[in-house]
Amino acid sequence: MFNTVDAYSAPPLWKNGPSPCAFHNFPGTNCENNDFTQHSQAPVTTATSVIAFTFNTGVIIGGDLLASYGSLARYRNCPRVMKVNDNIIMGAGGDYADFQYVKDLVDQKIIEEDCLDDGFKLKPRSLYCWLTRIMYNRRSRFDPFWNNFVVGGIQEGLPFLGTVDKLGTAYEDNAICTGYGAHLALPLIRDALEKNPLMSEEEAKALLTKCMEVLFYRDARSYPKYQIGVITDDGVKIEGPLEVSQKWDLAHMIH
Amino acid sequence: MASVVPRPHYPDYSTAAPVNHHFSPYADNGGSIVAIAGDDYVVIGGDTRLSTGFQIYTRQQSKLFSLSKTTVLGCAGCWCDTLTLTRLLSARMQMYEQEHNKVMSTPAAAQMLSTVLYYKRFFPYYISNMLVGLDNDGKGCVYSYDPIGHCERSNYRAGGSAGALLQPLLDNQVGMKNMQNIKDESIPLERALAIIKDVFVSAAERDIYTGDGIHINIITKDGIKSDSFPLRKD
Amino acid sequence: MAMVLAPEIPESGFSFENCKRNADLTKKGFAVPKATKTGTTIVGIIYKDGVILGADTRATEDTTVADKNCMKIHYLAANMYCCGAGTAADTEKTNAMIASQLELHRLNTNRVVPVVTANQMLRQYLFRYQGYIGAALILGGVDNTGPHIYSIFPHGSTDKLPYATMGSGSLAAMAVFESRWKPNLTEEEGKQVVRDAIAAGIFNDLGSGSNVDLCVIRKGSVDYLRTYDEANKKGVRQASYRYPKGTTAVLSTKVKNVVVEEVSVRHIEEMDTSS
Repeated sequence: MFNTVDAYSAPPLWKNGPSPCAFHNFPGTNCENNDFTQHSQAPVTTATSVIAFTFNTGVIIGGDLLASYGSLARYRNCPRVMKVNDNIIMGAGGDYADFQYVKDLVDQKIIEEDCLDDGFKLKPRSLYCWLTRIMYNRRSRFDPFWNNFVVGGIQEGLPFLGTVDKLGTAYEDNAICTGYGAHLALPLIRDALEKNPLMSEEEAKALLTKCMEVLFYRDARSYPKYQIGVITDDGVKIEGPLEVSQKWDLAHMIH
Repeated sequence: MASVVPRPHYPDYSTAAPVNHHFSPYADNGGSIVAIAGDDYVVIGGDTRLSTGFQIYTRQQSKLFSLSKTTVLGCAGCWCDTLTLTRLLSARMQMYEQEHNKVMSTPAAAQMLSTVLYYKRFFPYYISNMLVGLDNDGKGCVYSYDPIGHCERSNYRAGGSAGALLQPLLDNQVGMKNMQNIKDESIPLERALAIIKDVFVSAAERDIYTGDGIHINIITKDGIKSDSFPLRKD
Repeated sequence: MAMVLAPEIPESGFSFENCKRNADLTKKGFAVPKATKTGTTIVGIIYKDGVILGADTRATEDTTVADKNCMKIHYLAANMYCCGAGTAADTEKTNAMIASQLELHRLNTNRVVPVVTANQMLRQYLFRYQGYIGAALILGGVDNTGPHIYSIFPHGSTDKLPYATMGSGSLAAMAVFESRWKPNLTEEEGKQVVRDAIAAGIFNDLGSGSNVDLCVIRKGSVDYLRTYDEANKKGVRQASYRYPKGTTAVLSTKVKNVVVEEVSVRHIEEMDTSS
């Protein structure tokens, strides 16, 4: 293992000795991948979970403001809960550059619709369907957008909530979380919605706040500043940056 | 040139971050489909759990798609492929209707599905498909497929994540296999419906990707009727 | 050479004699049979008067359920229990072995074994095998110094916490604790929080399922609440699946008479138990 020599590696430091990379490559993490052809980029600057669910009159979406560079908390003011138009809000997780690219496409779509001035506005289910096709198309070319999108809105008077991932896998539900949120926040939200399917906007906000707190405690790529987007019949509100209330008195109990 | 020494693999010590981002365009989203055909009906049921790995995406996703008034397609496997395939098929159904001024028959739709699947032979739709309907004589029929277009007509079939678990049960209870002194006749609709519900109850007990509920379509000459049934949610 | 005076004592510990053969078989394409994993949600908390351990009851083999109602809270000592996640055989045998050592320790020292002792024994044992013994444990107990919860990882690292979760459902369960655990919970509150944490794992994690087991350990008493809550009811069958007589094919029948060659009667005297 220490004296692997091929055309691409540096020669060993002395005869039959270790090569330079043997000192900084631990077993299992080394770079010598001979049969590897790069088809797709890996995510680089990433955002973590998106939390979303419906309540009695609308949809709420939350996401923190951090964009991580690997394990580095690199950019600390990256909003990713956005208003699309008066009918739609959208949240995104995953690669931040890909999100900005898709966001530009969506924004352009909205501008083109506004230019038509025919009184028709894009509906949430239409955007959701369109995103599904965009994502599936890119995955079929082995060059995916490395994102999870969550689309919320009001359609035919009813709350709509759907999601699309990097493969184009899409589904609708009354509670959708991506990333670590799917493991940590979703159990809490499903339980709360089962007990109280028609919660009010205030109750929904309180639940989302609780979820952001739990995620901040346990998701190492999360951040205490976050935004929420709420859509009801009254329109769209994007609130934030909000701060996670933290309790660390527990730390004094651990010895 | 020295030969490459096979490098030791210590899964517990490898870090996922820099190298292991190989992209797979497929996902296994689970789900099971069961269909039983009779002389003048066909029943198809699919569970409503959409999942990946150890995670449940949603508990209320129907996996049945009606292509016409006498044809229903059930899909289990890679959900993004399912969404694409079913949209393509419904577009094809509409094109056929507008071109020929009649609705495509079930056997014709079955043949079309086989062709559409084989078209993607080298980048397949990763779906276990089951197409059911009434044939040109009004008799129930079940067509089952492999992901790349092999097609087989039968009277009953189980597919998807619990397919291997349920098929022997159907062979015995619907196909009357391995039994003596039994009249081999097609079963009535009520019995078929009960069997479908019961086999899903069993599948939910032992297959982690089957559960939450089932969505059932009953197809007779009068059209498609819907039914649902709850399953365990763990 | 085994002799009466110098008997051959088998070496203690695992046998590794088939390792090389198995590695060769694997190389030739004979896959190693899969071990039963417990998938699992296991948890433990400290409450006002002691500790509460909780576990689901599903064991999985890949994507099929191997055991619908298995026991994951294992006995260690009268004041200590231990939940196991990971490879089922490893958790069971590790706990059984440590339990016997703890009992010997108790008899040697003639006092209640402290929970740290069990923790130390488990971590040293697991560390020795470098993670190849796939046991992820939550150790809980009450001793003279109070209640203790330890989470022990397969490689031998441990953590002393007021609440801990393990297994594939650990995140779902931890979310419940992070939002609802607080110091000095009453027993009723504690049981409810633990039940809800396990239920979160059962319903949201496909590796966990079936029922909730609890174990409440107080100073001097233990309540092992097997099937504390049946989180899921099995569906009711719609039709009958009884086979009429004669359905199964009989391929051949052969009757052989018993030949009685000799009849003898033996009287058995009652054992003398007077002394």
